[in-house]
Amino acid sequence: MPVAHQIDIHHVAKLARLSLTEEEAARYAVQLDGILTYIDTLTQHDLGAAEPTAHAMPVYDVLRVDESRPGFTQEQALANAPKRSGDQIQIPKVIE
Amino acid sequence: MLSSSTITTLRQQIVAGEITPQDIVLDLAKEIESRNTTLGAYLSWDIDAALAEAAKADTSGPLGGIPIAIKDNINVTGQPCTCGSRILSENYTAPYDAGAIQRLRAAGAIPFGRLNMDEFAMGSSTENSALGVTRNPRDLERVPGGSSGGSASAVAGDLAIAALGSDTGGSIRQPAALCGCVGIKPTYGRISRYGLVAFASSLDQIGPLTKTVADSALLLNHLCGHDSRDSTSLNVETPDFTAALGQDIKGLRIGLPKEYYINGIHPGVSVSVQAAIRRLESLGAIIEEISLPHTELGVATYYVLAPAEASANLARFDGVRYGHRTASATDLMEHYTRSRSEGFGPEVKRRILLGTYVLSSGYYDAYYIRAQKARTLIRDDFTEAFKKVDVILSPTSPSPAHKLGEMKDNPLAAYLEDVFTIPVNLAGLPGISVPCGTVEVEGKALPVGLQIVGKALDEATVLRVAHAFEQS
Repeated sequence: MPVAHQIDIHHVAKLARLSLTEEEAARYAVQLDGILTYIDTLTQHDLGAAEPTAHAMPVYDVLRVDESRPGFTQEQALANAPKRSGDQIQIPKVIE
Repeated sequence: MLSSSTITTLRQQIVAGEITPQDIVLDLAKEIESRNTTLGAYLSWDIDAALAEAAKADTSGPLGGIPIAIKDNINVTGQPCTCGSRILSENYTAPYDAGAIQRLRAAGAIPFGRLNMDEFAMGSSTENSALGVTRNPRDLERVPGGSSGGSASAVAGDLAIAALGSDTGGSIRQPAALCGCVGIKPTYGRISRYGLVAFASSLDQIGPLTKTVADSALLLNHLCGHDSRDSTSLNVETPDFTAALGQDIKGLRIGLPKEYYINGIHPGVSVSVQAAIRRLESLGAIIEEISLPHTELGVATYYVLAPAEASANLARFDGVRYGHRTASATDLMEHYTRSRSEGFGPEVKRRILLGTYVLSSGYYDAYYIRAQKARTLIRDDFTEAFKKVDVILSPTSPSPAHKLGEMKDNPLAAYLEDVFTIPVNLAGLPGISVPCGTVEVEGKALPVGLQIVGKALDEATVLRVAHAFEQS
């Protein structure tokens, strides 16, 4: 049974930090509804008592040795910044 | 033309002193410059940098002096890394080498050229690249598959000796099948993901695309190995994968999942794969029917988990530290939303929205947790099947390459094309695609790929079967 998904596309876009035109919002709402209707095979299937799997090859609690190692120079770290001011990345004003 | 040669042959010629690494780079550059306008496999290539590296290449290394083309989502110091996206195409230069690139260099190889791909590896036709069209060398009206479409087009079209791709739901195997070359996705964790731009971290895996199975085995020897910078990298020994080649497959048990051989497969693909099964049987393999009962959940599971992980991974593209930044923002929220909306293409936005939705409050249990449970069932299916058989065989893709633009307005239909490759990523298993004939469509012979899937860490058997088939 197809389910009509009440997607608040503007809310989802805001969570995703995307701005959509009205035309895009309308198109994505329809497309996502179609995809979610297909995905409902999953929600309608009896999955029993299966445990969730996050990774196919289970490796847990991997920690790197806690020691200093070489990293980027300041110049390398700043090289791809879209806008910089001296030795800093410049961004729009955050605090009023 | 050296660009149509294999690594194995070129290495012999280099060692014998018949050619130099510079000869290979120059020959490749000549081919790329004359034919890339048509194929569109490469987004960029730096001949001077490659020649400089060729001049000082250690030709005593096992890959000494061999240029390898790189999918444009794997970082190579000083080169672009666009991921096929506008968000990284303007002003990003990779400041470091990916783990896989460091290993290639240590073996003497030269990373040369950046290959087109679906934006952030999201797609199976390379049509989602924001930066150009890539064509299938077997029929220029058709897609090369994807997301590693540039890699497959270059290797099959003799614009590269071999290439690296990445595979999240079939992105190495499917384009290899559609273009007619070899592509292998090793066991999850075999090759470091450090420096591979993340799409879905629990599924992504780097692997080679080559002209022969032997070249894939050789490249795997030098790509695999532990890397402490990738916390999911497996700390296991890398066997000599080339040692498996040439061994016979008498008595080897091959499973055919009954759920895979039902409807929806192109008749020509079906004929080629049935012929391949008979060939393997004539080589002494034992064919058995097996069951992977949760196959029908695979695509739905993937299209919850992969977008969910992608929506989190792609949050890093915020226009602050690197990548596109909008010119028109007045506050921080506008800075984020406009930078991202101007930089990302439609498929990436669609998947970020889908991923954000399935992770959002009220839907997390219904979608994300359920998909993770389904993933367990899919993995358990394979575990059970591998108690009875050594490898599992299927078509790589249910259809040959479609025409450019044909699937444009139907994202769901395109997703369903990944039905045979996706479960392999969900279970983290090794899988290879080898050419197994062609299907005649509108007067063109379109390649068909045979997928061979093995137990976790058993690439050796996968390669052995693929090699026996290729040589038969």
